Amino acid sequence: MTLSQLELQILDILTEDARTPHGQMANMLGVSEGEVSTAVERLEQEGVLVGYPALVNWEKTPREDVKAVIEVRVTPQRDMGFDAIAERIYRFEEVKAVYLMSGAYDLMLEVQADSMKKLASFVSQRLATIEHVLSTATHFVLKKYKVDGIILEEKQTDDRLAVSP
Amino acid sequence: MNYERILSKTVQDIPPSGIRRFFDIVAEMKDAISLGVGEPDFVTPWNICEAAMYSLERGQTHYSSNWGDLGLRRAIAEYMRERFKVEYDPADEVLVTVGASEGIDLALRALLESGDEVLIPDPSYVSYSPCVALAGGKAIPLKTGIEHDFRLRPEALKEALSPRTKALVLPYPNNPTGAVMEREDLEKLAEVLRGTDVMVISDEIYAELCYGGHKHVSFASLPGMRERTITLNGFSKAFAMTGWRLGFLCAPRELAKCICKIHQYTILCAPMQGQAAAREALLSGRENDYAAITHMRNVYDRRRRLLVNAFREMGLDCFEPYGAFYVFPSIQTLDMSSETFCERLLREERVATVPGTAFGPSGEGFVRCSYATATDKVQEAARRIARFVERHRGGK
Repeated sequence: MTLSQLELQILDILTEDARTPHGQMANMLGVSEGEVSTAVERLEQEGVLVGYPALVNWEKTPREDVKAVIEVRVTPQRDMGFDAIAERIYRFEEVKAVYLMSGAYDLMLEVQADSMKKLASFVSQRLATIEHVLSTATHFVLKKYKVDGIILEEKQTDDRLAVSP
Repeated sequence: MNYERILSKTVQDIPPSGIRRFFDIVAEMKDAISLGVGEPDFVTPWNICEAAMYSLERGQTHYSSNWGDLGLRRAIAEYMRERFKVEYDPADEVLVTVGASEGIDLALRALLESGDEVLIPDPSYVSYSPCVALAGGKAIPLKTGIEHDFRLRPEALKEALSPRTKALVLPYPNNPTGAVMEREDLEKLAEVLRGTDVMVISDEIYAELCYGGHKHVSFASLPGMRERTITLNGFSKAFAMTGWRLGFLCAPRELAKCICKIHQYTILCAPMQGQAAAREALLSGRENDYAAITHMRNVYDRRRRLLVNAFREMGLDCFEPYGAFYVFPSIQTLDMSSETFCERLLREERVATVPGTAFGPSGEGFVRCSYATATDKVQEAARRIARFVERHRGGK
């Protein structure tokens, strides 16, 4: 799908702040609000814009948040390749991301649970037991520094002189 | 001691900065939003910072050539050719300076004899007139106005020329107005200058920040103008590198050699880490089609539209500024001076702006608002200014 300059600019604005109202985008881009809405609709329909979730730093909340990156080696299936097995895996609620990788293993998962125990049990009882899964290697996330382009602990400071020529 | 008798009369006569007072007031406030900042809000792209760090690791802690690191000068020459279609020999026509600011001082000192006149569009950046005075010259303001989108008109130039005219400062895209000069505008000026010995100091520090399909035209690229032009540019605005203090000056060989003498005996060379960073800025820029500049320009452009539209909705006369990162609305319908407007806006609504008069008498009736500030802050500031304007409309 080819994107117009307007659509590219809209994506640029929304990836920075998904809450930006259409009216404001229209104002920023020098077009009408209707044009922005039409462009956003098209982007949604074409599956370019697939969601507007908030980026939460759960470490700042009382909620337990355990995250792991899991390398999975699998046997690809005839005609289906890796897709069928990937689907078997990504249907699980705990699985937040699934990528097909080049290199030493096949799938990389990002898995989230509210305790280490639950995560461990997901791997041993659900994941490892899936047919065609040959092996898994689980790496627990100890600390998140930067997620989706956003530095989590960075303080927004403006240390410029307040008035300068 | 009576310092008044001791200190140079020229220096004592330079008026104090018109923005200092505002700076002091903002400093005491907690939740003020500043549209008074004359520098990018972006931090320097990391690959550029990293290049400076590596240069330290490699032990590059010595002087460079007076002209600046040759690799950097080559990159600058390449950049000027590619982006602005002007040819300079990196060997002795490109001088790396401590910001474009140093370039202003160098150019003026190299050109001026006592009493020489320098024509300066008004309003303009605050440094030109004081630097002219320090070099023994006389600054002659050329009024520009909203009726011509703050462009310098050939008639104004022609009228101001005198036998003592040594140089014209050409500061476009302009701080504080955001005005740009189109090729036709520049050609008309060139026409006036042809056949004279008037030199042009073209301060193109905002060259990369042009919007709405406008592209900066370097004055030296006009037929016959290279020989009379000293081009100033730098990394501060295009690459968000103000604190690095790194700029450059390009001029024909004989001129540049003379200018380099002043630089050599006052500065010796621009800071080495800044030079390493600047080189990376240009080399990486060339590789990725100046993606960092494009990104920043797009973001500025969106805020620019927000702010221009906001002022127009308030009913203030605001010409469309196509350059730099300033909007320069007229506040003449409010029956107060620029100075009063800015001070009351700051005290009543906690928004800092800069009175147009800080940049010259033709700035009266106008206010400089910088959009080099986060989008949500620009929007909040616009809401506060609208409230203020509403309250004071009709001279209340």
